[in-house]
Amino acid sequence: MNRKTETLLDVDDLRVTFPTRTGLIEAVRGVSFSLGRERLGIVGESGSGKSQTGRAIMGLTPPQARISANRLAFDGIDLLSVSPRERRALRGNRIAMILQDPKYSLDPVMSIGRQIVETLRTHEKVGKAEARDRALAMLEAVQIRDPARVFDLHPHEVSGGMGQRAMIAMMLIAGPEMMIADEPTSALDVTVQLDVLGILDRLVSERGMGLIFISHDLRLVSSFCDRVIVMYAGKVVEQLKASELGQAQHPYTRGLLNCMPKIGADRHPLPVLDRKPEWAA
Amino acid sequence: MTASDARPLSRRDWLLSERPASRTQARLGRAYVAWRRFSANRLAFLGLLIIIALLVVAALAGVLAPYSPTFGDLKNARLLAPSAEHWFGTDDLGRDILSRILYGSRWTLYVVILVAIIAAPIGLLVGTVAGYAGGWTDAILMRITDIFLAFPKLILALAFVAALGPGIENAVLAIAITSWPPYARIARAETLTVRNSDYIKAVQLMGASPFRIVLRHIMPLCISSLIIRVTLDMAGIILTAAGLGFLGLGAQPPLPEWGTMIASGRRFVLDQWWVAGAPGFAILIVSLGFNLLGDGLRDALDPRSGDQ
Amino acid sequence: MTAAIAVDRLEVIFDRFRALKGVSLDVQPGESFGLVGESGSGKSTLLRAIAGLAPVASGSIAVNGKTLGPRRDKAFYREVQMVFQDPYGSLHPRQTVDRLLQEPLAIHGFVDGEKRIQRALDEVGLGNGFRFRYSHQLSGGQRQRVAIARALILEPSILLLDEPTSALDASVQAEVLNLLEEVRKRRKLTFLMVSHDLAIITHMCERLMVMQGGEAVENLTAADLVERRVTKDYTRNLLRASDGFVRA
Repeated sequence: MNRKTETLLDVDDLRVTFPTRTGLIEAVRGVSFSLGRERLGIVGESGSGKSQTGRAIMGLTPPQARISANRLAFDGIDLLSVSPRERRALRGNRIAMILQDPKYSLDPVMSIGRQIVETLRTHEKVGKAEARDRALAMLEAVQIRDPARVFDLHPHEVSGGMGQRAMIAMMLIAGPEMMIADEPTSALDVTVQLDVLGILDRLVSERGMGLIFISHDLRLVSSFCDRVIVMYAGKVVEQLKASELGQAQHPYTRGLLNCMPKIGADRHPLPVLDRKPEWAA
Repeated sequence: MTASDARPLSRRDWLLSERPASRTQARLGRAYVAWRRFSANRLAFLGLLIIIALLVVAALAGVLAPYSPTFGDLKNARLLAPSAEHWFGTDDLGRDILSRILYGSRWTLYVVILVAIIAAPIGLLVGTVAGYAGGWTDAILMRITDIFLAFPKLILALAFVAALGPGIENAVLAIAITSWPPYARIARAETLTVRNSDYIKAVQLMGASPFRIVLRHIMPLCISSLIIRVTLDMAGIILTAAGLGFLGLGAQPPLPEWGTMIASGRRFVLDQWWVAGAPGFAILIVSLGFNLLGDGLRDALDPRSGDQ
Repeated sequence: MTAAIAVDRLEVIFDRFRALKGVSLDVQPGESFGLVGESGSGKSTLLRAIAGLAPVASGSIAVNGKTLGPRRDKAFYREVQMVFQDPYGSLHPRQTVDRLLQEPLAIHGFVDGEKRIQRALDEVGLGNGFRFRYSHQLSGGQRQRVAIARALILEPSILLLDEPTSALDASVQAEVLNLLEEVRKRRKLTFLMVSHDLAIITHMCERLMVMQGGEAVENLTAADLVERRVTKDYTRNLLRASDGFVRA
C-alpha cells in the first residue's frame, strides 16, 4: 500500500456550535478535509474556528458545545460514535496534541521525566526501567542535550523552548500516527521556534505521521507544511499546496499574505484587509 | 413575537446596546447585565426577597405589630402558647413575641448596617493602602491586622464590650472593630493582583498620584469582592450580636433584640419552646437570606465569571 | 541638536538580576528608533526604565536635554507616553473609553476635555459610537487604538511603543502600524519602538539596535538590514529566522 496517499483522517461537514445567552454561535461551520501522512497547515485569524476544529477532532471540545459532522473518522473509526473510553485510548496513543504554552499543558508538580514515563505506561505495558530508558531516548530525540538532568526537572525549571521540546517528547513517546499542533511555537522566540519546528519536521517525516499544524502565521505555515487550509469565520475559504501560496485565488488569503511587513519591501502604508461580508457567507 | 412585546424589548435593546450613547446608558447597561445574571439565580432572588421583607418589616414594625413590644399583660398572658391571638405566643412577662420580633428586626438591621459601614471602609482602606504601598507600610498594617485576626472574633468582641460597658452601641463598635481584618486581607490580595497590571502602569504614566490611583483605580476593583464578603458575613454579624445579647453584654432588656430574647427564653426552652424558638427562627431566616444574597452577588458581580 | 532621548551606560537591576548591562542610546527628535531582540534581551526593560517603571541602578537618561532623576514630574509625562503590548491588560476593566481618556486630562487639569476626547477618538479612527463602551466590548485592535488615543491625548512629543502589535492578528497589525505611522507624520513624533520582529522594525524605524542578554549587539540602519549588511552572527540568525522555516 502506498503510505503517502492512505487517508488517516476524514472530516466532512464538521460543525461546532456553542450555546450562549444570546443564542447559538457556530464556531466551525461545515469544514471538510482529509489528511494523509503529510503536514497539513490550518491558518486563520482569531475567531476563524481553526483551534475549535483541532479540538473537535481531538475530542477536547467543552461539554456544552455541540459537534456534528457527516463524517469524522480516524483510520476508519468514527470519532463521533465511539465511547469516551475508546476515545481516551485513542488520544495520546494514536492521536497526540501539542498546545501553545507548555507551561499550561505540563503538570507543574510532577517532574518532566515522570510525566513522560506515566504517559508511556498508560498506553503500553512496559517495565519501569525500560520506560525510563525510552523516555531518556525520546528526550534525546528532541535534541535536549542533557536528558538525564532534564528528566528530573519540573516544568517551571525549564525555559519555554525546552518545555515545548519536553511536551513533544511526551506526545511522541507512545508513537502516535497523527498529531495536532495548535500554535506550538507562538510563545517561543524566533530562533528557538525554528529549532522546535526542525525537530517536529524530522520526527514527523521519520515516523511517517500525519500532522495538522494550526497557526495564525501564514508565512510560517507555508514554509513548513505540504498543504494549507485557510479558514475564515468558521469556514474553509481556500485549500492549496503550500508551494502555490503565491498563486492564491481567494482575496482573503492574498490579503493576509500582503498585509505583513516584509524586510526589503518598502510599502507605506501597508495594504490592509478589506473584509467582504460574502467571505463569511 | 406579538406587537405588544415590542416596547419592553426595545428598552432591553437600549440597555444591552453595544454602542451606548451616554455615560448613563453605559452604566445602566452594565447594571442591567449584572441584574439579569443575579435574577436568573432563584435562590439568590429568594435571599433578596427575605432581605427586602426584613427592611419592610423594620420600617413598618409600628403598624404591623399587634401589641406593644415592651409592655405585657403580666396578669393574664404569661407564657401563652402560640394561638390566633398571639401567633408566636407570649413570654414570661406576658409580652407578645411576634411584636417583639417585628420590633427586633430594627435592632438587627441597626447592628448589621452600622457594622458594615464602619468595618468595610476601614478594611478597604487598610488593605488597598498596604497592598499598593508595599514595603514597610504594608508590613506594619498587615501585622496590626494579624494581631486582630489572632483572636477568635467573639472573644475579642467580649473583651471590648467588657471594657466599654454593655449596651447595643458598644456591641456594634466591638463587632466592627473585630470584623474589619478579613476585609483588609481581601482588599490587599485584590490590590496585589492588579498593582502590577499594565492599566495601573498606564495611569502612573499619566502622572497620577498614588492617592488618586488607590482611590479611583484600585478601590473600585476591590469593592465588588468586598460587598460579596460583607453580605456573606452579615449572618455572622447577626449571630455575634445575638451571642453578645445572649451573654448579657449586647442589647439590654427590655430591648427586643433577638439574641437577648433567646437568652431570656432559655429558661423555659423545654416547656415553652416558642419563647426562645421564635427569635431563633427569625435569626435563622435572616442569616439564610443574607447568605443566599451573598452567593448570588458573587455570581453576578464576579468579573472573572466573564462579562460577555 | 539635543537628542530627544539620550541614554548613557544604563544599568537596571531587579533583585540582583542585571536586566540591563550598561546600554547607551541616542534618539534624535522626530526619529523612529527600533529595539530588537528576543525575550530576556532587555529591550522592554530599557523602554520601561525610560518611562520610570524599572529600577535604574546606574547610568543616566535624558529627555529633550533634561537629565531625569529617579522621580518623574508631571511635565515629563506631558512629553513622554507609552503604548503597552497587551491590549487586554492595558485598559482598566471597569472604565469606559470615555473615563479612560478623561483621566489624563483630569490629572493635568485640562478644561477643554470634551473637545480633546472627540478629537483623540477621531484621530485613531474610532467614532463617537465607541466612547461609552467598556473595554470588554472592544476587539483587540480597537483596544489598542484606545490605548494610542490615551497616549496621544496629552500631546507628547515622544511615544514609547512596547510591542504594540504582537498580540494582534496580522490584518489588524497592519491597520495599527499604519495608524502609528500616520500620527507620527502628523504630529512629528519621536518613536522608540520595541519588537521581536525584524520585519516590523525595518518597516517602522529608520535606525535600530539589536539587543541580547541585556546588552547592545549592534546598531544598524533599516537600509543596512534590507541589504543584509550586518556584522554580528546573532543578527544574522535573527534575519534568517525571520525568513521562515527552511527544511534541512
